[in-house]
Amino acid sequence: MTKWRWSRRTLLSGASAAAVAAGLGLRPRTARGAGKLSVGFWDHWVPGANDTLTRLCRAWAEKEKVDLTIDYIPSQGNKLLLTIAAEAQARSGHDVLAMFTWLPGSHAERLEPVDDVMKEVLARNGPTNPVVEYLGKPDGHWRAVPATPGSQMKGPATRFDLLKEHAGIDILAMYPPDGPADQEKAKAWTWDALLAAAEKCHKAGYPFGIGLGTTSDSTDTWGSLFHAFGARLVDEKGNIVVRSDATRAALDFAKRLAAFLPADAIAWDDGSNNRWLISGKGALIFNPPSAWAVAKRDAPQVAEKVWHHPAPLGPKGRFGPYLPYYWAIWRFSPNKSAAKSLLLHLSTREAAEQLVAASQGYDIPGYVAFNDFKTWLEEGPPKGTLRHYPPGPDQILSIAAAPAPHKIAEQIYNQATITKMIARIVQGGDTIEKAIAWAESELEGFMRG
Amino acid sequence: MARATLAEAARATRAGPIAAGGLARRRAVIAFLFCLPLVLLVAALVVYPAFYSLHLATLNKSMTRFVGLANFAFLFKRETFWMVVEQSVIFAVSAVIFKALIGFVLAHVIHALPARGQRAWRGLLLVPWVIPPAMSTLVWWWMYEPSYSALNWLLVGIGFAPVPWLGDPYWARFSVILVNVWYGAPFFMIMYLAALKSVPAELYEAAEIDGANAWQKLVYVTLPMLRNIIAITVLFSLIVTFANFDIVRILTAGGPRDLTHVFATYAFKLGIESNDIPLGACVSLFMFPILAVAAVFILRDVHRRSREIAGVAA
Repeated sequence: MTKWRWSRRTLLSGASAAAVAAGLGLRPRTARGAGKLSVGFWDHWVPGANDTLTRLCRAWAEKEKVDLTIDYIPSQGNKLLLTIAAEAQARSGHDVLAMFTWLPGSHAERLEPVDDVMKEVLARNGPTNPVVEYLGKPDGHWRAVPATPGSQMKGPATRFDLLKEHAGIDILAMYPPDGPADQEKAKAWTWDALLAAAEKCHKAGYPFGIGLGTTSDSTDTWGSLFHAFGARLVDEKGNIVVRSDATRAALDFAKRLAAFLPADAIAWDDGSNNRWLISGKGALIFNPPSAWAVAKRDAPQVAEKVWHHPAPLGPKGRFGPYLPYYWAIWRFSPNKSAAKSLLLHLSTREAAEQLVAASQGYDIPGYVAFNDFKTWLEEGPPKGTLRHYPPGPDQILSIAAAPAPHKIAEQIYNQATITKMIARIVQGGDTIEKAIAWAESELEGFMRG
Repeated sequence: MARATLAEAARATRAGPIAAGGLARRRAVIAFLFCLPLVLLVAALVVYPAFYSLHLATLNKSMTRFVGLANFAFLFKRETFWMVVEQSVIFAVSAVIFKALIGFVLAHVIHALPARGQRAWRGLLLVPWVIPPAMSTLVWWWMYEPSYSALNWLLVGIGFAPVPWLGDPYWARFSVILVNVWYGAPFFMIMYLAALKSVPAELYEAAEIDGANAWQKLVYVTLPMLRNIIAITVLFSLIVTFANFDIVRILTAGGPRDLTHVFATYAFKLGIESNDIPLGACVSLFMFPILAVAAVFILRDVHRRSREIAGVAA
């Protein structure tokens, strides 16, 4: 079988070709009959977004003479998750597969390290945000390349009219449609302000739609609250540190906030908050712009009053939940060189900008320097609703359960330990101390090697 | 036809015991070859995965090291695991009891209907069982949905307070059991109906002559005659219900607070969603001893009963 090697066509510009090739220790040469490559991408929910990715891949394959096969795998019904698990067990399947959040770390031993690709990508694109590095480089090596499709922020999506009318908060003044955030005014957007607004909107009949279930939207929101209060469950070294004043303060706050959430929030999944906003019943949810995008189609009168902006400020800072997606190469792939070349091609600024535009602004690439694409300025109605969706300089990006070692954090996140602690207090009648004791017992279990 | 059979028998007798043994062996080989595709299918889809799960259950979380029974020992110390065991038993036993009772009543009602109307009713009542459960459960989910429950819309419409079908632990348990009963009762009904039709009418006539009332006929004729089929359907249903995944997964995903998890959904949560495949395999294997004990008792009873019937017939 003809094995693919690096070609100069892989590289974006003639000027950088020699440097890149030298840096990666690979011999550039013309590719002819460069083998086969099978790729499994995440099936984007935005109509047409897959087409742009396909076009980018086909252009690369044509240049490099690679016989490329692309499958789009939906995440609904855990199909992507099951595909990854099955291919990991079978040691067979796609060469490149889309993975999200914890999966590059979970499968680290089965993935081809991509330090060489990332060295070049980082030199070209600048640094990634800290969440991308924490999840993509779990053992000191990059195990996957950050992907633009699917990567998202989960800050508030707010009905600015309801918030102003019932809680007296002018979100548009803090995060205006035609300019950068007014940092002075934005200082008033704190978790305490959110709590007061939640009470007022609840009284007015428009409760905030924050779930207390076990799916990722709930975990991400409450995880960012924990970070904003400085509460951690397990530290970087793997010590259980959940019993702290910061945790008590976060749980006490969560208990007070939960009183103003919908009565059934404990049974919510990732679709419930979307429906809550689209129905016009709610004044705020924490979500990427997917709820707004569906509202544009199904409830335009709601969509035109939705504003995306950063999370509230807490005692330890303004923590915004960020969920990255990746492209990973299996160790069993017979054509790793071609796979790396494709990922290098998809990681350019030009490719990322096209992918963001195709996603109508939903995707947020993991590179700090890529937060200035014009798509976010133009999307609407209302025009400017996505201007403050990419992370601004005052935000600290976070993922729930960080900074725990990867294998422990993954368990905390996927088993929703944070939201279950809150649910035990809110619904189960546990005291804060009892909920912390329960969490300690769970965390001891997660330490299992 | 009869002449040919006699001729074959005569030939076999003349050929002696060696030839008869060869024929039997040949027939056994042919029978085995006919069964072979199914045997291979079962081996590939049941035996291999079962042994593979056993193997997985003995590995550490990263699946790089043999840890023996350490995963089981770990599970036994977890509060959530014992909660799942309790919930699985409650879910399976209560659902099977209600399915059996409802199926029994429905079978009698259908059996009592005039033959002309029976077919339509039988078809209608089988509908829940023939719809793919993932689809029908989605419809139930829509009726229970936390914010826009169709059932709550009706309840509120007639002046009642809305019910937190999936948000309250007790209502959530009730809801998943109700859907399982709705889905599984028709299976019991059709099995009991078939068994009822095979009960000789003479037994009821004799009981009637002896002055038995309806209740006595049920207790002394119907139930003994249906005992084997009841035992076997209960066993099959218990196995399937214990291993249920789709209903709980779609309706509650194990929530709230893990209070509706059953073995399969908890195994999925640990094994696939939390990427701890060995622990997930352990949870799923835990069903095996429970079901094996139930199967031994039920099948022993069925076997004893069959021998009794055979003895009476002889």
